[in-house]
Amino acid sequence: MLDYFQRLGASALGMFERLGRGSVFFVNILLSLPSVIIRPRLLISQIHSVGVLSFALIVISGLFVGMVLALQGFYTLSDFGAEGMLGVMVAASLIRELGPVVAALLFAGRAGSALTAEIGLMKATEQLSGMEMMAVDPVARIMAPRFLAGLISMPILATLFSAVGVLGGYFIGVGLLGIDEGGYWSQRHAKIDCDQDVINGDQ
Amino acid sequence: MDIQRGKVTAIMGPSGTGKTTLLKLIGGQLRPTAGTVEVDGQNIHQLRHKELYQLRKKMGMLFQSGALLTDITVFDNVAFPLREHTKLPESMIRHLVLMKLHAVGLRGARDLMPSELSGGMARRVALARAIALDPMMIMYDEPFTGQDPISMGVLVQLIRLLNDALGLTSIVVSHDVKETCAIADYVYLVSAGKVVEHGSPEQLARSDSEWSQQFMHGMADGPVPFHYEAQEYAKDLLGLET
Repeated sequence: MLDYFQRLGASALGMFERLGRGSVFFVNILLSLPSVIIRPRLLISQIHSVGVLSFALIVISGLFVGMVLALQGFYTLSDFGAEGMLGVMVAASLIRELGPVVAALLFAGRAGSALTAEIGLMKATEQLSGMEMMAVDPVARIMAPRFLAGLISMPILATLFSAVGVLGGYFIGVGLLGIDEGGYWSQRHAKIDCDQDVINGDQ
Repeated sequence: MDIQRGKVTAIMGPSGTGKTTLLKLIGGQLRPTAGTVEVDGQNIHQLRHKELYQLRKKMGMLFQSGALLTDITVFDNVAFPLREHTKLPESMIRHLVLMKLHAVGLRGARDLMPSELSGGMARRVALARAIALDPMMIMYDEPFTGQDPISMGVLVQLIRLLNDALGLTSIVVSHDVKETCAIADYVYLVSAGKVVEHGSPEQLARSDSEWSQQFMHGMADGPVPFHYEAQEYAKDLLGLET
């Protein structure tokens, strides 16, 4: 019985220790952000590898998600004779929910795993220790530019995802299923609002 | 343990006795649980982050793997500390890098990537990088491990030459007795985290201590037994529990 509590305590302490280490690491990254902004060369190359290289994946996935939304949405809406609302449906679900979430998942899969592998390799081959001994702080030199690059790339990629998704919905809805083109765009234009839908993600 | 300025000091001992840990303590990468480490009169573990990084500019370290940055060329690797810590113009950096690479004999390899280098060459490039900022002290972590005889000879010679030519203080951690004794001025023998014996290589070779004799001459049996601790052989064969 006492054994059980001991293990429970040890695992709780371990959890808090990891949590604390993670927080300290995060604060260190935040503290070294100014040094990244002073020397943007590193940041630019990271935005390239984190953001630009995720571009194709995001665009293709966005296109197909938009197309599927339009196709399935059309079948449901046409039962009620409301095909004209297809543009709003596609745009709203992409901009409010699916766009940022799916783009973030893809981003974590593509860029996150690449970063993990890269930094893991640097750790294993002592490159990080080596940098430390050359008086170059690895947090400022390696971690902070990657963090900031992700922070900058992610909203842009989410926007792209939604935009391409709306276009994909257009190809299916207007191109294949024969919905009125003006309705697709004007309904969307009237019902989607930057303040409410993009910033708040609200109904 | 005292490490003298301008000398090559060797720290030798069996694997797993804390030699590399000792270097990491000197470099301030690890904190000691007890005791102090002083470099150039400053207690490493009481320094603030910034002061520690200032002091590290005066230290060079050669890692076992070389620890070269794998995504840039040999030239950029050696230029890395110069570009990070100085505002020298590119033409000056070029001269300095070529000078350091020439010192280790790899001026012609400047456009290669680290993955194209042999183990010995990688270590020489790492050495050129370690001396790029003209440190006062340089630490070698197992510089001879896994080298062919020629690279080994080159490294042995380089360590001695650089120490004398640049007025460095060198600390060599190794368990290659012959090579290390050839260049060391003073040797510390370490076992299980403790200094067992110290003196010049000649003194240690004539040491009375059985342990030192076994280590220095690489004997299979001695105070460090050949057999891992086990019960008596006959009993073990008969399957008797002790």
